[in-house]
Amino acid sequence: MELTTVWFTLIAVLWIGYFTLEGFDFGVGMLLPVLARNDRERRMMINTIGPHWDGNEVWVLTAGGATFAAFPEWYATLFSGFYLPLLLILVALIVRNLAFEYRHQRPEKAWKDRWDLAIIVGSFLPAILWGVAFANIVRGVPIDETKDFTGNLFTLLNPFGLLGGVVTLLLFLTHGAMFVALKTDGDIRLRARALSVQLGLGAAVAAVVFLIWAQVETGNVGSAVFYVLAALALVGGIFMARAGREGWGFIGTFAAIALAVAGLFVGLFPDVMPSTTDAAYSLTTTNASATDYTLKVMTIVAAIFVPIVLAYQAWTYWVFRRRISEHHIPEAELEAAGR
Amino acid sequence: MDILDVARWQFGITTVYHFLFVPITIGLSLLVAVMETMWLRSAKPEWLRLAKFFGKLFLINFALGLVTGIVQEFQFGMNWSDYSRFVGDIFGAPLAVEALLAFFLESTFLGIWIFGWDRVPRKLHASCMWLVHIGTLASAWFILAANSWMQHPVGYEYNPDTGRAELTDFWAVMTNKVQLVTFPHVVASAYMTAAAFILGISAWLYTKKRFEQDRSMYRMGIRLGAVVALVAGLAVSITGDFQGKIMTDVQPMKMAAAEALYETEASEAPFSLFTIGTPDGKEEKFSITVPGLLSFLATGHFDGKVEGINDLREQYKQEYGQDPGAAYYSPGDFTPYIPVTYWSFRFMIGLGLVVAAGAALVLWLTRKGRTPTARWFGPAVIALPVIAVAANSFGWIFTEMGRQPWAVFGLMTTAHGVSPGVSELEAWISIIVLTLLYAVLAIVEVGLLVKYVKVGADPFEEPPSPTLGGSDEDEDRPLAFAY
Ligand code: HDD
Ligand code: HEM
Ligand code: HEM
Repeated sequence: MELTTVWFTLIAVLWIGYFTLEGFDFGVGMLLPVLARNDRERRMMINTIGPHWDGNEVWVLTAGGATFAAFPEWYATLFSGFYLPLLLILVALIVRNLAFEYRHQRPEKAWKDRWDLAIIVGSFLPAILWGVAFANIVRGVPIDETKDFTGNLFTLLNPFGLLGGVVTLLLFLTHGAMFVALKTDGDIRLRARALSVQLGLGAAVAAVVFLIWAQVETGNVGSAVFYVLAALALVGGIFMARAGREGWGFIGTFAAIALAVAGLFVGLFPDVMPSTTDAAYSLTTTNASATDYTLKVMTIVAAIFVPIVLAYQAWTYWVFRRRISEHHIPEAELEAAGR
Repeated sequence: MDILDVARWQFGITTVYHFLFVPITIGLSLLVAVMETMWLRSAKPEWLRLAKFFGKLFLINFALGLVTGIVQEFQFGMNWSDYSRFVGDIFGAPLAVEALLAFFLESTFLGIWIFGWDRVPRKLHASCMWLVHIGTLASAWFILAANSWMQHPVGYEYNPDTGRAELTDFWAVMTNKVQLVTFPHVVASAYMTAAAFILGISAWLYTKKRFEQDRSMYRMGIRLGAVVALVAGLAVSITGDFQGKIMTDVQPMKMAAAEALYETEASEAPFSLFTIGTPDGKEEKFSITVPGLLSFLATGHFDGKVEGINDLREQYKQEYGQDPGAAYYSPGDFTPYIPVTYWSFRFMIGLGLVVAAGAALVLWLTRKGRTPTARWFGPAVIALPVIAVAANSFGWIFTEMGRQPWAVFGLMTTAHGVSPGVSELEAWISIIVLTLLYAVLAIVEVGLLVKYVKVGADPFEEPPSPTLGGSDEDEDRPLAFAY
């Protein structure tokens, strides 16, 4: 296999890691006002993702860095072209991350409410915007002969792009509900499970429409296989959740997201960012890539460290495998006294 | 202001802001790990109380370092896309490796450290903070390798077909001679800053009447902070001296700009401590100088030759052509903005020396069990971390502004790196949004730090006996830590 193909695959893997992992913590954040009925339940939800959200987010930093290193032209065109959506994502991630760390630092209700809002909005925006961005990457955007994006914000807000946003939004909501059902105990667990089924049905409808559309626009045999498997995984997950098998339900949404993203990348290959201005201006794995030498160095580093990272991240999920119930949450007042 | 100005201001603001938190993260992760390890070794409850107290402040600081770091990762592509295209083959690799090696390590093991008091055995718990520290060092190593390459490109070849610099030797980039002096200098200044942080806060709490019963504990914090700050301060001076020599070698213009030295000094160049006059050097009203010191800083000999700006400008013209391209620099002018380089260099050194001297003074005041009781002691010492952070910022402002008009020295000017496709409106939106957001966050962060400093360290509490993953009878116990 060409090294450029290896790196195209690795970047796909990094994005899959990002969407499957941060996907559920976005979902948990968005569902705060829906699932939790009081501060204690909100804290239960937040604590299910407490030890994990930061590690999950590093997947996107690695994806960004890897794109910069392996496909500099792609990084340059994408990040300067999708300027305002990325700025919004940055702001959302900033306030959301701080909210996790700062929410519990003061007991006042106004303080907590404000940070809750930051978590909710800060999870919503990226959940939608990443979908919009990805749909546009797959479909193609206007790119001129100097490899610069020539559109504007409204170029990105086309029907296909917006539908992509709706799909990631619904998928992440479902994924988040599955995670809460899997990681909590008590009443909220049952509510999360029921909600995951309802949200899952909505996600399934939107995803099927979107994936068929994507298949028509950019698909090939390979992507079709992935899309079908993704749909099956999602439906399977919903059935499992309905039957009370939360672990399998979560695996179902996990696999559905992974397979759908994989399918999008398969459909994209060998382009990395097609141009709608003229196919000759499209960025491809070969005309956007770094040199073979750089790719070789990076391949060695990745071959050693990706497995290590996977191992210790998996281990943290094992360490914090216990379900969280109401009585696990320490009294807020004690916390506020600073412990 | 055109888009180049906006992009430069934005880069300066976001990077300087990020670097307010970075040194504290690097140094404090080490010192908290040391405190927790001391507790395990000595079983003195004070060490655990200190570790938890400074651990909490560490987390408040870390959160901001983290969120501002995300902006760093994205902004090269957003505002500097032509720069990214030009250097991506070389510059991207350290960034990607940094994320893979360092950020995963930091974030994952910090998660275990925060939530794992009752989940993992004690030694493993302390190891997590050590791993976080190793992660911060790895992070600093790779990002500084990227930056050092901009100061002094090595291990690459310019490819005229693709119009970019291409990597030929990764090892050469990792062992760039600029990198080898920059890394120790930055790490030493980070240790100094974090040590000053511990010293300042401990001293302030030490003098408070309401914490009288905790004096022996805060004294431990004072002594630890002061010793580390002093030793690290020495290391900063020594490594800074090395850096000066390498800098004179690879970017002589920067050394001349640091001194606002216009005419070459054949020997015994004086170092000016302070000057009032027109900064372009045409007129001098008042100045204090130390004979020979500049020669020593630049070359290692008091009678070494130091080249001046005017000669260097001619040399650079010969070497790099007439026009470096930046709109702000008259054609053929390769001179950075002198007032900034001159003063930021002095502030870096001067403020840093204040911190080291302060640490030495505190050590003397607390020698052999003595207790400083003067009213000024607490408030004066708590200023030290602020001064140390400022010294760091001035150091970076000097380094980066002194490289101008180059983004990559000798290869690409800053003006040529800016994104061609980004509109002025977009650039303005992002600089305004980020700056306002950063201002608000600064207020929140300082508010929280002050709140927790005022409360002081919590009373000692034996952490729950941990087993890996928790045994069955532990399952109903509340979480040892919860958001
Ligand atoms: C507490 C912080 C601190 C202190 C006390 C000092 N420095 Fe420093 N200095 C830095 C913090 C710093 C820094 C922020 O970390 C920089 C910016 C870039 C770098 O490599 O380190 C820096 C850069 C920097 C450079 C520029 C390197 C380049 O651009 O290539 C030189 C020549 C020195 N320092 C020299 C010194 C000397 C001779 C010092 C004292 C005697 C000194 N520094 C004290
Ligand atoms: C963390 C410490 C750093 C600080 C405080 C800092 C500060 C600055 C400042 C103030 C500028 C603006 C210079 C000007 O506009 O004239 C600048 C420029 C720049 N710096 Fe740094 N820098 C730091 C580290 C780095 C590192 C590690 C890199 C590379 C990875 C880097 C890359 C750049 C780039 C690409 C520019 C171009 C924009 C320009 O020159 O205006 N900086 N930096
Ligand atoms: C001398 C310059 C720099 C050093 C030593 C440095 C070091 C660090 C350290 C120690 C952290 C850990 C978190 C914290 O700060 O609290 C961090 C965070 C981060 N830094 Fe910097 N940084 C520097 C400049 C930059 C630049 C120029 C970039 C852009 C590429 C960058 C990207 C990041 C990112 C993405 C994070 C977040 C990591 C996380 O999620 O844990 N840093 N940096």
